Amino acid sequence: MGFELTQEYILGHMNYWLFSVLMMTGLYIVVAKGNLVKKIVGLNIFQTSVFMLYISMGKITGGTAPIFPLDMEIDPDVIYSNPLPHVLILTAIVVGVATTSLGLALIVRIQEEFNTIEEDDILKIERAIVQAENAIHGDAMGGRA
Amino acid sequence: MLVLTAVAVVRMRSLFAIAMLSGVFSLLSALLFITLDAVDVAFTEAAVGAGISAVLVLGTLALTSRFEKPTKRSPALPLFVVMVTGAALIYGTLDMPNLGSADAPAQLHVGPDYLERSVEEIDIPNVVTSILASYRGFDTLGETAVVFTAGIGVLMLISGLSRRRRRDDEDDESEEV
Repeated sequence: MGFELTQEYILGHMNYWLFSVLMMTGLYIVVAKGNLVKKIVGLNIFQTSVFMLYISMGKITGGTAPIFPLDMEIDPDVIYSNPLPHVLILTAIVVGVATTSLGLALIVRIQEEFNTIEEDDILKIERAIVQAENAIHGDAMGGRA
Repeated sequence: MLVLTAVAVVRMRSLFAIAMLSGVFSLLSALLFITLDAVDVAFTEAAVGAGISAVLVLGTLALTSRFEKPTKRSPALPLFVVMVTGAALIYGTLDMPNLGSADAPAQLHVGPDYLERSVEEIDIPNVVTSILASYRGFDTLGETAVVFTAGIGVLMLISGLSRRRRRDDEDDESEEV
């Protein structure tokens, strides 16, 4: 790989690394924590850091927000940052809140059904249900199942 | 700051505090978006992330429980998975252009094209709006479809909540009698 670890390189890549750290924090919450609401918040953190990664790709040094002056007379010396990532991320934010609300609605239903929102407890209850069903089927088969 | 907030979310056990911290996280990221020239994204993030999401999470907390139970599983395996994934991601960024460089691949394709053409073709000052509504209108249509579907899903999941509750209460009473 042809890169040198100069100060410019490190500063120019620090944003990607920090966003990766944030992403992994979110992923850790989703994977390791048992509480479902906390998982959703972790998912949001993950999502937002992906947004930051995209937006930082559209940034140009010395650029400004991609909005023209009202009289539409554009000074050719002004640099505008790339508007395309902004558009994509606007869409993604709205879709993100839609998925969040769906996940939270699922949590409400789970709470209603199992009376808990902890993953461990839900697994325990489900195991008990499966065992009870197996016992019923076993009796029906005359103890051979 | 953002990293600190995220770590605090990992450590916290009170779900109410977590909801508030996620709002703080969204606001901080909105500030970051402003420094990265993405003002539209910043105010959407502030309104949606810090506003609507926080309200949704609080509503869920009102219907469920306020505190997290500590898990008994060891965090070693998730930590390992996360470390490996993070290392892979950082390895992937080593080839990326520096932050803010004007000759990055992302800066050379359709982006400048949109900036140039939207003056005569769309003629509104905000380029983000013109791309969102015109050049990439189908994206926005798809987004609307997704939000609509999610809304229907939420309604189907939540609807009848009070009705079911009432029925449960009646069942309990008849059992007591």
